[in-house]
Amino acid sequence: MTNPNSSIIFENVSKFYGEVLGVNRVSLTLPPGVTSLVGPNGSGKTTLMNLVTGLVRPTQGRVSVLGLTPDEPEEFFRHVGYCTQFDSFPKGVTGFEFIQQSLLLRGIGGAEASRLAKEAIARVTMEEAAHRRVAGYSKGMRQRIRLAQAVAHHPTVLVLDEPLNGLDPMARAESINLFEALGKQGLHVIISSHVLHEVDKISDQVVLMSYGYVVAEGQIHGVRTEVKEHPMQILVRCARPGLLASRLFSQDHVVEAKLNNDGKGVLVRTKDADQFYQLLNKIVVEEDFAVDTVAPNDDDVNSVYQYLIGSGGGTV
Amino acid sequence: MSTAAIARPRKSFSEMPWQLWASQLAAVLRIEIKKTLWMRRSIWIYLLAFAPTVMFGIHALTSPMGRNCSIEEDTRVLAYTFQIFYLRVGIFFGCMGLFTWLFRGEIVEKSLHYYFLSPMRRELLVAGKFLAGLITTSLVFGASVLLCFTFAYGHFGAPGRAYVFNGPGLGQLGSYLLVTVLACLGFGSIFLALSLLFKNPILPGIAVLLWESFHAVAPSLLQKFSVTFYLKQLSPVTIPPDGIMALFTVMAEPVSPWLAIPGLLCLSVAILLFASYRIRRTEISYLAD
Repeated sequence: MTNPNSSIIFENVSKFYGEVLGVNRVSLTLPPGVTSLVGPNGSGKTTLMNLVTGLVRPTQGRVSVLGLTPDEPEEFFRHVGYCTQFDSFPKGVTGFEFIQQSLLLRGIGGAEASRLAKEAIARVTMEEAAHRRVAGYSKGMRQRIRLAQAVAHHPTVLVLDEPLNGLDPMARAESINLFEALGKQGLHVIISSHVLHEVDKISDQVVLMSYGYVVAEGQIHGVRTEVKEHPMQILVRCARPGLLASRLFSQDHVVEAKLNNDGKGVLVRTKDADQFYQLLNKIVVEEDFAVDTVAPNDDDVNSVYQYLIGSGGGTV
Repeated sequence: MSTAAIARPRKSFSEMPWQLWASQLAAVLRIEIKKTLWMRRSIWIYLLAFAPTVMFGIHALTSPMGRNCSIEEDTRVLAYTFQIFYLRVGIFFGCMGLFTWLFRGEIVEKSLHYYFLSPMRRELLVAGKFLAGLITTSLVFGASVLLCFTFAYGHFGAPGRAYVFNGPGLGQLGSYLLVTVLACLGFGSIFLALSLLFKNPILPGIAVLLWESFHAVAPSLLQKFSVTFYLKQLSPVTIPPDGIMALFTVMAEPVSPWLAIPGLLCLSVAILLFASYRIRRTEISYLAD
């Protein structure tokens, strides 16, 4: 049984903005780790994040975060940090003041607030610009200072709406490392991003959304396995790809087997990955067949996104 | 397992986090007073507040030692200025400009969510913002009234000093300042609540202006829902209800200050409780605004 005090739980949650659907009948349990929310614009990712953080209330259903709700703000927001997609700040503040003010609002004393603000600014490598006005920051700097504000109070649940937007490759890599580290520390890190191949590297689980519905959720490999409409792609790197391809053609579950562009492997599309792996083992043993690597070629977020959402999609 | 099963018991009065609330209120006050005192939008409020001061200053300069005027006449002009200009124009519109912007400004600038994501009760946010607005408007209009009073009696020399320190002057000044603070409190609570009800509080503001101006013609029970009803009772110098001005100055049903002050406080508290109820249900949806 999932412990509600360590999970984020959506119980049949719907949110309508008047007649416009935000999300519909979402039931999810998010364990600690990095969770990526993936979906096209308008799919309900931000609504889901706003529901987690209490910025909007469910029309129906219930959301609880570590067993808490926003009705108990003193306890709830001690645990939650949210970096929204709103690129806006209180007027006239410097980066340091922006973070310090938010810490003072948490009831943290002046000296401790200053220390935590400096620590958060260092985390996003913004020390040099900390005492400049935010209004003069570049988009990437504003994004980083908002990220620093979200993590400054050491939350256990960190919600990040498109946190990689506007970041240069260096800052993007640093941010991803930070999210990964936080996830490994046992935090809940919920990220929405369009940079699928980057969030794919650090996600422990994904939630795929489309038109306000959760299309799929879970560990990405598990989600991919469930997408039956699209045969699995497996890349086998070996010395004799022609032999392997010829053996595979006769199998019913193999839809396609084509030589890789570099001539040193076979890209196989199969309807039954388990049968394929058994067959490959048999070939290796019986024919003294040397295999360098075997790797799924489309069990990443990007492929699953394309299968389920990008191309009109199926359901899991 | 249903999360309903993990509902926590209500805390008793002594278990409430009073210390946390006090520090959070102090933080909101610090941020908001700085913002409201120095924001560019406040310039016209300063101009509005200190316009009568300029008038009284010029009068003091052009009538040294009370030449061509009398203390009685200046007392009456000050009373008219206070009741007609300050209460119905200056403080009214000053509060309208400042208090409606406390939340509406955050929504327009898309920064309200920073407050909503703090571990702070939204009622406390209403209280903090309201107190910051009250302190700012009371300071600005209180200073203006004080300067007007000083200019009104300062240029009379010894007779002026005698009127202030040995006569009714100081008591009148205290009453003017008290009414100024109460006016900021009353109008401030109304405009803060209106800003949470309407995207554009200008039209409702005009409705309030009409009500506050002409409430005297309403049934006596309804009059008690007017801020000016209470303020008129507390004004230290009575203006004779002559001509068109009678509409603004007449007191159809006088009440004692001991009822007027708690009456106004009750009205303001009721409005603020409504504002707190509204803010608890407010969602962040900047696009809709």
